[in-house]
Amino acid sequence: MARIIAGVGTSHTPAIGAAVDLGKTREPYWQPLFAGYEPAKAWIAKAKPDVVIMVYNDHVNGFDFKIIPTFALGCAEEFAIADEGWGARPVPSVKGHPELASHLIQSLVLDEFDITIVNEMVVDHGLTVPLTLLFGTPQAWPVRVIPLAVNVIQYPAPTGHRCYCLGKAIRRAVASWHEDLKVVIFGTGGMSHQIQGPRAGLVNREFDTDFLNGLSQDPERLSSIQPLEYLRDAGAEAIELVMWLIMRGALGDKVEEIYRFYHVPASSTAVGNIILESR
Amino acid sequence: MTTENPHKEAYEDIPGTWVFDAQRARKGYHLNEFLYSLMKAENRKAFLADEPGYTLKFKMTEEQRQAVLARNWNRLLELGGVSYALAKLAFTDGKSYQFMASQMTGMTEKEYVEMMLKGGRSPEGWRTRAERQGKD
Repeated sequence: MARIIAGVGTSHTPAIGAAVDLGKTREPYWQPLFAGYEPAKAWIAKAKPDVVIMVYNDHVNGFDFKIIPTFALGCAEEFAIADEGWGARPVPSVKGHPELASHLIQSLVLDEFDITIVNEMVVDHGLTVPLTLLFGTPQAWPVRVIPLAVNVIQYPAPTGHRCYCLGKAIRRAVASWHEDLKVVIFGTGGMSHQIQGPRAGLVNREFDTDFLNGLSQDPERLSSIQPLEYLRDAGAEAIELVMWLIMRGALGDKVEEIYRFYHVPASSTAVGNIILESR
Repeated sequence: MTTENPHKEAYEDIPGTWVFDAQRARKGYHLNEFLYSLMKAENRKAFLADEPGYTLKFKMTEEQRQAVLARNWNRLLELGGVSYALAKLAFTDGKSYQFMASQMTGMTEKEYVEMMLKGGRSPEGWRTRAERQGKD
């Protein structure tokens, strides 16, 4: 049967992708960040997942404002890379896993999560930057990817608790799939950041540290953080962190923290990376 | 006729922030669809060739249109523009997201980058309007 072996939490700041695409990774501004991701790259090269479930958010690229799904699962064979306004990132297109994705849809809906089914969409930096950070710059991504897009752009995003429960349902769904597949789930976005208005540039290291500790040790407590707390204490865009709770929920009760990295800044963002193996 | 909703959401007390909520999204719908159109290279070109003419193709308000032409980023946030869509206007101008964010804060891009390199803006004094009082 298929199983979720581990979770990866990581920021998906677009400037990180641009730094790779423009060959700036060794510049003093970027070097510490990319050095900090080396252990994560080595870990995933060894873990060799067959499938990644990528929990991310679209940034007005794959979806405009005509339809705003709270949870949308990509069931296509392939997802093209979005032109976000300066040309598409020069990265390989993303191959999906339509059979497992379709199974997830059936399982999740019957488990009372009303997921939107997406058969065609482009994917933006929210999905491609985590792939770049963990897999580098290959000719083709070495893994199938099932995109799970979460609305965190228009308030309210789904609550942390709802996301945590969805993660648990994803774990059940994957475990009931017949193929012997190793699955790694990514929770992306965050950490603390605000990229709008006079308060832009906000970073809350204490909040972020507490969040990373909680993922490892007490996710139930994290799942009760209210939307206002994210917005007020960690920045308007820190609400993206609810996506990390989907990842955490999908790992089961017991996890082992394999790696952690924290760095400020990437553009306006506090960058975090955590690897948790399911035990 | 609708009147001003007397109910205030708790997040409206966060200073220097316009949360993109359902009411703001409603008001900003056509503005954001205009911004979304700038994802296409041919639309970016058409906009830059005739900014006022291009914006008239969208059903945004005159206030929103003027804020677009003036690149008044904070006003655009207030009028229902969402930051990620506004970024497409900045990119069309050949500017970075970081440039747009610095403009929103009233800093130069250099000052903004320096603040970020020093660990970013502390939340101290920025959590509530009461905390902010007299500091700007």
